[in-house]
Amino acid sequence: MIKTDILIIGAGPTGLFTVFEAGLLKLKCHLIDGLPQPGGQLAELYPKKPIYDIPGYPEVSAAGLVDNLMDQIKPFQPGFTLGEKATDLKKLENGNFLVTTDEGTEHEAPIVAIAGGLGSFEPRKPVLENLDFYEKRGVHYMVKNPQEFEGQDIVIAGGGDSALDWSIVLADIASKVTLIHRRNEFRGALESVDRVKELKDMGKIDLITPAEITAIQGKEKVEALSIQKNDTKEEFNLPTDHFIPLFGLSPKLGPIADWGLEIEKNAIKVDNSLDYQTNIPGIYAIGDVNTYPGKLKLILCGFHEATMMCQSAYQRIHPDKKYVMKYTTVGGVTGFDGSKKQAPKAVVKSLD
Amino acid sequence: MDIKLKITDREGKRHEVDAPTDMALNLMEVMHMNEIAPEGTIGVCGGMAMCASCQCYISSNDIDLPEMQMEEEAMLSEAFYVKENSRLGCQIPITEDLDGLEVTLAPES
Repeated sequence: MIKTDILIIGAGPTGLFTVFEAGLLKLKCHLIDGLPQPGGQLAELYPKKPIYDIPGYPEVSAAGLVDNLMDQIKPFQPGFTLGEKATDLKKLENGNFLVTTDEGTEHEAPIVAIAGGLGSFEPRKPVLENLDFYEKRGVHYMVKNPQEFEGQDIVIAGGGDSALDWSIVLADIASKVTLIHRRNEFRGALESVDRVKELKDMGKIDLITPAEITAIQGKEKVEALSIQKNDTKEEFNLPTDHFIPLFGLSPKLGPIADWGLEIEKNAIKVDNSLDYQTNIPGIYAIGDVNTYPGKLKLILCGFHEATMMCQSAYQRIHPDKKYVMKYTTVGGVTGFDGSKKQAPKAVVKSLD
Repeated sequence: MDIKLKITDREGKRHEVDAPTDMALNLMEVMHMNEIAPEGTIGVCGGMAMCASCQCYISSNDIDLPEMQMEEEAMLSEAFYVKENSRLGCQIPITEDLDGLEVTLAPES
């Protein structure tokens, strides 16, 4: 059981900055995110894109902003549960919340801050008959443990980085790798495209392009795929043990929608006049995941919401204390790791 | 000046909307503004040609659209329900040339 003061769901920019604001108030944080790395959309969708509207930064790359935030919150020693999705929320008798992930990891905290952005990233599934039936029977939307494909025949579909990268990795593990894409061109890092071409020339990857997978066959599990070439319209069957469609991820609100929170337009309604609290006291929603009159889905608004939310969380945790806000220029930053950052003292010295 | 667009939503309902040409909008933003599809099901990536949630089928043959750039082409090559006349709304700026354009929003995927 992981215990903390503020449990943050979503490790995007808003969730990360919450750790800083909470840290100034001596509150500890733990973050849960379904993606394997912190940064949310910034890291997953557009790490190299420049952002121009972060106050004080004329230009910063999405990945650069995430790195900076990680650096900024380091003194406050946040905990992370990454690669796991928060699926269940329960109120305990002691008033705390218990949040459990899809992997069964349990977290307990008096405050939950949902900074879930657009929701959790779900694999985009191809439109194929009986696809659900074959899930866990040879169809995989992500590769968690490459070794499980040792000595097996696999087919990967897709034209982006993940399709290329996994073809490369699995070429050395699986007995046969076939990569199928709708077009002849792939969209990915140049090295990956070149490497796949090398492996193709070495006979380690079969490339079928431009082609479409039209059906899955098999009684109990995947046994073969029906394939149609887009140029010649030729149709044929390709026997395989596994089918791994990698068509990117699309965000969905997911299980959070079933936690009893008031939802409007696919977002969580909060009180923006005060503290961004939801209809359940002790649960806040900040950043892109919330909605209120005049809401703007901007990182800088998420930062503001996180700051206000932490003040309110402090009052809930310490109802008897009165918090006096201190500027970091005055109070400095004292980390939980014992580090202390402070403005250097001005020199008072006569000049004669 | 405003132009008129005819947009068919995912339920098959037709909407005739006015779109200003002087606000640097794109077709996805116009559909979003007019609530052609529920929040969170259109323009999910914000207009970076990264999600295809604004994919639409262009019905007008007599209107010249801007040529497809590499990012849009790549996204459409991975998207579902793609047809010959598919475009990403976010990659089509609203200009006077588009007056009378008819489009149908593609299914959500």
